[in-house]
Amino acid sequence: MDARSLRRVGRLWTLSTAAHAVPFVAAAAVLALAAPILIPFALLCLVHAWAIPELYAARGARVAKRVGGHRAGAEHVALGLLGDLADHRARELHARSGLMLERGRLGVWLVGEAGALLVRPGGRRVHCYCVKATDSALPPSDRLAHLLLALRTDEAGFATVANLAFSGACWRVRRRLVAPARVALDAAVARARTS
Amino acid sequence: MSRLIRMDQSGHTTVAEWTAEDPASIEAAVAAFRAELDQGYYALVSHGAGSAEQVRELPLDAELVILRRPIAGG
Repeated sequence: MDARSLRRVGRLWTLSTAAHAVPFVAAAAVLALAAPILIPFALLCLVHAWAIPELYAARGARVAKRVGGHRAGAEHVALGLLGDLADHRARELHARSGLMLERGRLGVWLVGEAGALLVRPGGRRVHCYCVKATDSALPPSDRLAHLLLALRTDEAGFATVANLAFSGACWRVRRRLVAPARVALDAAVARARTS
Repeated sequence: MSRLIRMDQSGHTTVAEWTAEDPASIEAAVAAFRAELDQGYYALVSHGAGSAEQVRELPLDAELVILRRPIAGG
């Protein structure tokens, strides 16, 4: 996976979403023009067209959710190791949002416990990846550390192994994130704009 | 003192420790390292924020070597 493949994947994702949504918009226009009595059905078609990209974005935002689980002693130990792997600003953002900001060659990453968001250079498009450590019993910070270290050792491999859950505008995903994760996404977008 | 640690359910576990002046500790660490790799763990050395390197032989000069499980698409 490289920058060119990512651009292609992004375009294909947009085309696929449009292919799902545009027929409903067309159907709405046809129904509304055919007879005024059909306008409620036309509105239903428009709602459907609007909901399709929103549902995809919601799926993308889910990769930033905290998995939860062991928050006691093991998590404390894991958090110490994770803190050693990051600089002060990344640690602070993680404490607020549960996401670790990492600049890579492909863009700015936000790594969580069960996935990662990649904000592409320019800060307009985000790719949301569903990816996890294979040991589900790990404490949350260890899950995140697994992903962070895998990303650092092989960024292209990381993007290849991970499943793409969404690709599209940052604002679309942002609306679906919880407030602390929005702060992290804003920071990633700001960083991506300067890269 | 260098350390080989494994990320696991306890947060992390120290698998081996060694110093350059103690050949026995190096031998034990190398054996433990190979055993963990045989179990399917990946070994890596972190070079500070943003950089890490996967290793297949125990780097004796590294302060900390981390063992992690593979990742998979969710």
